[in-house]
Amino acid sequence: MTSAPYPVIRLESVVKVYGAGQAAVQALRGVSLDVAERDYVAIMGASGSGKSTMMNIIGCLDVPTEGKFLIDGIDTGYLDEQQLAVVRNRKIGFVFQSFNLIPRMAALHNVELPLSYRGVKHAERRSRAEAALHLVGLADRMNSQPKQLSGGQQQRVAVARALVTNPSLILADEPTGNLDSKASRDLMGVFDQLNAAGRTIVLITHEADVAAHAKRVIQVQDGRIVADRRVAAPDVLPPLLTQQAVSS
Amino acid sequence: MSAAQVLRFAVAGLSANKLRSALTMLGILIGVGSVILVVAVGNGSSQSVQNAISSLGASSITVLHTEGSAAGSTSSTTAFAEPQNLTVQDAEALAAAPGVTAVSPVVDTSETLSIGGTSDTDVSITGTYPAYLASENDTLSAGADFTTQQVNSAANVVILGSEAASDLFGTANPIGGSVLVDGIPFTVVGVLASKGSSGLGSADNTAIAPLTSVQDQLTGFGSLDDVIVQAKSSGQVDTVEGEITAILNQRHDETAADEDFEVLSASSILSTASSASSTFTVLLAAIAAISLLVGGIGITNIMLVTVTERTREIGIRKAIGATPGVILAQFITEATLLSLIGGVLGVVVGVLGTRFQIDGVKPVVVSFSIPLALGFSVLVGLIFGGFPANRAAGMRPADALRYE
Repeated sequence: MTSAPYPVIRLESVVKVYGAGQAAVQALRGVSLDVAERDYVAIMGASGSGKSTMMNIIGCLDVPTEGKFLIDGIDTGYLDEQQLAVVRNRKIGFVFQSFNLIPRMAALHNVELPLSYRGVKHAERRSRAEAALHLVGLADRMNSQPKQLSGGQQQRVAVARALVTNPSLILADEPTGNLDSKASRDLMGVFDQLNAAGRTIVLITHEADVAAHAKRVIQVQDGRIVADRRVAAPDVLPPLLTQQAVSS
Repeated sequence: MSAAQVLRFAVAGLSANKLRSALTMLGILIGVGSVILVVAVGNGSSQSVQNAISSLGASSITVLHTEGSAAGSTSSTTAFAEPQNLTVQDAEALAAAPGVTAVSPVVDTSETLSIGGTSDTDVSITGTYPAYLASENDTLSAGADFTTQQVNSAANVVILGSEAASDLFGTANPIGGSVLVDGIPFTVVGVLASKGSSGLGSADNTAIAPLTSVQDQLTGFGSLDDVIVQAKSSGQVDTVEGEITAILNQRHDETAADEDFEVLSASSILSTASSASSTFTVLLAAIAAISLLVGGIGITNIMLVTVTERTREIGIRKAIGATPGVILAQFITEATLLSLIGGVLGVVVGVLGTRFQIDGVKPVVVSFSIPLALGFSVLVGLIFGGFPANRAAGMRPADALRYE
């Protein structure tokens, strides 16, 4: 296993300030972090800790006020909105708490959408979207609209949409926040499998049993990283899969 | 991102709220439809006026008797010229001009016609010479023209217009019948073929009688109202107009400034009438264009609502890689599609509307008005959709995603 020349993401002393003057709020107060390829990172923190701001910056949805953010070695500080859109499309697969599928659009078309924005031809788009839906276990619901699917199914469509572009990083923001415990376990199982298959995953969560799936747990508080605990090396199986392998 | 996909997304966006899209299209539909219809009605009425005027005959010239121009003598040393009568002698003098084949002196009056008291009708009566019928392109459906001899002997004979004839005689044959004109009996010698409406009142509620008998019995021997001069050909009309002016100025001892007559040919009436009707058409089309503008504002309004409603969707699309340009294209395409579909339906409605007579006018579609109205409606979509689309494209993805 050769390691990549760059970490998948690198934050260098990132500061993010919202507002100006008296009303200015420091959401991040100097965060530095490297995430290696194949790593499985959980970022934990209470609400208001700055973890959503971190997620926006890692997702290229927002830019740091100070410091640098690099994804696959690309410094996003030099990119305009158009180029950031391309980076999001090629490098990042998003999974949101509220699923964020486009309504009135079949699951298959939702999954095809990022490929459409990339300009992939119709036949290839279709076969890749079908493969991604197959991978998350929704091969039989491809033509269902989001409102015809359960929460767990919708979130798996969102995971398929995040996967389909073959991104460097899957970024999940409270992915189990709107799911019941059964659907949560199923979804985390999908993430474990993806990581085992070599995907780099960053999870934002406040639930300890979700963080237990990760190889590395980072605690954020008041805009700073206060703990960084390594559970397993980036290039081994995720911890819960290892336990299952041992117990069976 | 291909154009076909942008179009597909736009169609999906519009069909998400069909009623709203349909109502927005209705605004453009009404605008485009009314522009086409109004221009067609204006064109139709100007054509019908032109037809009416050209039916006077391309080679006939009308000399009208007027009061003369007082303004002409302000700096002149000569006294005010009294307007002189336009006389039969003037008409005879005009007949001698080289380009002229015939002259018809005319007096006009309006009288009540009756047959034995039961039915009567008010008609306009023209007293003139036999040549009048040819100069006016009138044809007889029954009977014959009166003769020059009947003019000379002031015979009480009359030719009835088709409407006057049917009002008085119904289905009976009027030829040889007797008509009381202001109580004086006239014998009917002919009936004119119907000319239809000219847009200026019925051209059929008329009667024509010898000049001498009309002057004798009805109007007295004052000035003629006008003289119809028949030029040898339509190409000589301008020359003959000049000859007429010269002859009458000489006979009346006048200059161009204080003329007591006016020379009109079909072409000069035509240009006056068509410029008047085109002014009206432009005015009406401007009002219709304003309704198109209002429709355009409707598009802006509804697209702003749509963009606000779909803020979250815009955020999602941006998060998964839609560039600002793609978002801009999607919403501009939606707006343009709205206005284009509305415009096409407006053309259909407008063209269907021109199949009906409107206030006695048969509208005639002006071919350039269709591409013009369609092009304008597309432009409306681009311009009025541009502002909301630009707002969508400029949204920050993090904010848009957070929008509830």
